[in-house]
Parts: sequence; structure tokens; C-alpha cells
Amino acid sequence: MTDDIKTLTSRLADEPASLAFLELGEALRRRGQLEAAYKVARGGLTRYPALADAHDLLGRILGDQGDLAGAFDAWAEALRFDPMRIGALKGIAFLYFRAGDVPAAVEHLRRAAEIDPDDPTIIQALERVRGGAMAAAPNPQAPHEPAPADVELPVESLPAASTNGVHGAPSHADHGIMLVDGNGLRINGTLLSPSNEDVGDRVAAELAGVSKEATRTSRLLGLGTWQAIAVESPEGNLYLVPPTPDTMLLTVRDPSLPMARLGLVAERAAREARSWLESHA
Amino acid sequence: MSDAQAALERVTQVPGVRGSLLISASDGLVVAERLMDGIDGRAIAALAASLVQRLDRATNQAGMRAPTFVHLRGSNGSVLAAPGRSDLVLVAVAGTDANLGLARVQMLDAVGRLA
Repeated sequence: MTDDIKTLTSRLADEPASLAFLELGEALRRRGQLEAAYKVARGGLTRYPALADAHDLLGRILGDQGDLAGAFDAWAEALRFDPMRIGALKGIAFLYFRAGDVPAAVEHLRRAAEIDPDDPTIIQALERVRGGAMAAAPNPQAPHEPAPADVELPVESLPAASTNGVHGAPSHADHGIMLVDGNGLRINGTLLSPSNEDVGDRVAAELAGVSKEATRTSRLLGLGTWQAIAVESPEGNLYLVPPTPDTMLLTVRDPSLPMARLGLVAERAAREARSWLESHA
Repeated sequence: MSDAQAALERVTQVPGVRGSLLISASDGLVVAERLMDGIDGRAIAALAASLVQRLDRATNQAGMRAPTFVHLRGSNGSVLAAPGRSDLVLVAVAGTDANLGLARVQMLDAVGRLA
């Protein structure tokens, strides 16, 4: 046992309720003592089930162990408690990338880059993912990345992965996804124009009027509550859904993704957005 | 039968479609209509035109060209809109049981013929 692990173990023994388990778990993981790291992380999570750092740590350990479905779940939990958790965003991006879902990987890396634009590892990962250098792309999250031969990604465990790519279907260019409030302000997400310019705020501003117009139209024409707006354009398909009465979620994809399928993607994203909004209310 | 009336006829024959109309996008006025009784064409025209205009601005801000087809889905039915050239928009009102795929194809075809 190395000194730092001895010290951390001792500290955790003296103060079982402390957050020393985070450092100890990470130190063990870096040493390749994955089973011990896993036990430490699990123990910490028992005390702190809502701590994003702990879920993030567990994700890294499971990733190193080759349990990619478990890692995905752990990172998803981390994001549930902290949507700006860069480590979890990078970890999930890596898993999507391994699953062949480049648009989803880019989306998560882009969110990470938005949170920390100065992190060179995110920029590098984005460049590699966009460049399609799949085999060469490193896991920015885990130093002990499993060898490709060791990894069999259970794609059915990745909720959004089935939207494109992983089942052999062609990938569909992803322009972004964005959550907007009733006043036309962006709450979360990114939207890129076909020339890769960030147009999120400008589009968000227009969507406030769209939501009001859709509500008015539905009510006056006896259509009930408006549930979705699908818009086809030569450069992309847009799908709008209201996760809550005060918000709109816009998903934009290349026209090659059939609209009905885009609808499924958007509805699923809306459910996640709803959960996220509830947990941050 | 004029081209406009022929277009409306084809769209209205799609199962579940309650009516269709051709409107002017800029002022929301009815150019031609074929609607079931009790449906207010002027209201549909005004509302659809306004919605299409707003979506036009949103797509424009997103760096994309104007919409070629819009589908507003409500819990009790849908409004479909296919903007064409010369400021015209073909609009249809459909129930929840409508064949929306067929309606879309017919509308895009019809609005293309009108151009």
C-alpha cells in the first residue's frame, strides 16, 4: 500500500462520514486496484447518494472494469444531480463514441466545452470525434481505458444511443438540442447552424413567440393542448415539445433522420428534461 | 376546377382531414377553402399564417431556409401547413385518426403544382 493510500485509508477510518472516500477511491483506481476502489466508492455512495462526485467516481471505476453499462448509469446519475458535471459528460461522450453514436458523443462534449471552454482535453476530444478517428480517440476520463478487445458495449443500455448509429443505421448530423423558457431564454443546451455557428440564443428568442402562437392556435381551433411542432426545412428538421407548460425543448437534426424518428428522440429528451427540471425546481 | 380547388380537393379526400385551405402567408387571408361545416376558415388562416411566420423566423435564425412543411400536433388534432411560392400556404386541419403521412405527401405535391 502506498503512502497516499495509507494516509487516505487512515483518514477515512478516523472520519467515516468525511468525503475522503472520493480521494481514496480515485487513488485506488489510478493504482489499478479496481475492486477496492469500487468498494470505497459504493461505501461513500451509501452515505452520500446524491453526491455527483461519488457517482462520477463510480462511473470511472466501472469504466475501468469494463462495465460500460454500469459506467453509463453512474455518469447519468452524476448528471442528474449536477448537469454541469464535466467528468460525467466526457465519460458519457466516450461511451457514445465507442457505441458509434458520434452525434451524441459530440453533443455531450459540446456541453462539456460550454461549461469549461479552456479545457484542452475536451477540445481535443471534440476534434477527434468530429474527425471520425474512432479507434484513436482516448477516453478523456479514464487513464486505464480498457483495450478495445475487452469492451463489448451493451447498446440497449444506452437510452439515446438507439436514435442513430449503433444499430447499423447511418448517423444523422446533429445540430443540437436546447431547452428554452417561456420568455425566450436558453436554459440549457446548444444549437448550431449548418455552418457550425452557435445560434442558440437567437433561436431561443424566437421560440417564445412560437410557444404562445401554438397555444393560441390549439385552443382556438379546438385541438386541445399542443403537444409538438415538427418543422421541415431543406437544411434540417426541427422538433419542438413542451416538457412543461413554461418550457420548450428544441431538437434539430439533419433531414436524413425521418421526422417520426426525430419525434421519438425529442419525446425521450423531453422526459429527461422534465426530470431535470423537477430535480432543479 | 381551378388548380387551387383541385389541390384542396385532393388534400380533403385524405382520411381524417376535416378541411383544407389556401392562405396568404403575409396577411393571413383565405384565398380558397374546402372545409367541413362549423370550421372557421378565417380563424385557421390567421392562426396558421402567424404560426408559420414565427417558425419561418426561428428557422431563419437557425441559419436554415424557410420551412417546407409544418405540423402542429394537439391532443385533439393537428394543423398541417405546406408553404409554397408566391406567399401561398396550403393548410389542412386533421383529426387524431387522420393519415398524416398521406396528407403530408398530398400537400407537398399539391403545393408544388401550384407554384
